[in-house]
Amino acid sequence: MREAQELVRLIPRLRRYARALVGEPTAADDLVQDTLERALAKLHLYRRGTDLRAWLFTVMHNVYVNQLRAARPLAPLEEDMPELARAARETDPLDLRDLERALRRLPPEQREVLLLVALEDMSYSEAARTLGIPIGTVMSRLARAREKLRAMLGGLPAGARLQRVK
Amino acid sequence: MSGEPQKDDTLRALSQALHELYDPVLAEPLPERLRVAGERGRWRALGRAAVLVALGAALGALAAWQILGERAQPPVSTDAPAFARRAAIAHAVYSPEVRHPVEVGADQEAHLVAWLSKRLGAPVRAPKLEDVGYSLVGGRLLPGDDGPVAQFMYQCKQGTRVTLYVRADGRDHGETAFRYQSEGKVGVFYWIDRRFGYALASSDLPRERLLSVAEAVYRQLNPQ
Repeated sequence: MREAQELVRLIPRLRRYARALVGEPTAADDLVQDTLERALAKLHLYRRGTDLRAWLFTVMHNVYVNQLRAARPLAPLEEDMPELARAARETDPLDLRDLERALRRLPPEQREVLLLVALEDMSYSEAARTLGIPIGTVMSRLARAREKLRAMLGGLPAGARLQRVK
Repeated sequence: MSGEPQKDDTLRALSQALHELYDPVLAEPLPERLRVAGERGRWRALGRAAVLVALGAALGALAAWQILGERAQPPVSTDAPAFARRAAIAHAVYSPEVRHPVEVGADQEAHLVAWLSKRLGAPVRAPKLEDVGYSLVGGRLLPGDDGPVAQFMYQCKQGTRVTLYVRADGRDHGETAFRYQSEGKVGVFYWIDRRFGYALASSDLPRERLLSVAEAVYRQLNPQ
């Protein structure tokens, strides 16, 4: 009962993560809906006292992976990663739209790790538990994600540069 | 978590940019289908037999809603059928509730009306429908397409419920006549009256009877 209410409260969090993970809003809400259905069907498997949010993200991860498997092979993620066109104004801080596009082009497993850590503010070990992978894998995926973003965006900003984005 | 590598500047900067990109999602109103999925969870957790009946009604409404299509959605002001549909779904979701049909009960009517008026940004009123056999149970605030909406619930002596769904988006939409729409088992009369949109929903009443209640609502809200 309490869990179900808490779960309803967490729907916006699930939507934010799904939007970042999937991109297209309707597809992202599809993922959230599938996640809710599955979570509700399996709510009895949730262990009380543990972090419900992390559990929900695990459910979403599983649903997402299944969707990816069911979809066509993950073609669009070219390994050579040509640089995205940047606006000519060189003094611009990182353009958020560039970042969004670059995010789309990360391999899903790297995108998941990056988002759990950088958007959901999970610790590395929380991210590892959520995804069911060793913490070392979290860190190596994160490092690769950063490398790819840097390649695609023509360099990753130092903190100061991005902090100017408003 | 202690003993973990610290997140460095670049990661913090990325984090900030990602929050800027995606935090607005947190403030978006939830799509009805997600609310319905969530509400179903509450019911399931309560585990009552009556719940299954309610679930059927909600699913029926949801199915009708999906069959009728998530076509390109025009702006809210011209979106009356979708408005009626949302009212029907909200009715199907909440009217079968035994223990929590409303957020604020009729025993706190003044507070209810003040609260909903504040949230909708317009003076909402709960019409008195005793003349047609219905008394106020209470109301709740719901997320609508264009900001919050209010739902008032009424019940007759036999336990039959009707709900009045009220929208106010700060714009004047003129006036319309009563229109009728049915969504699965839920019938809805809806109309627009200047800044307010109203939809009266029932899953039990025949159309003529629902119309007479809708007329009573209209008379109450527009005293001559």
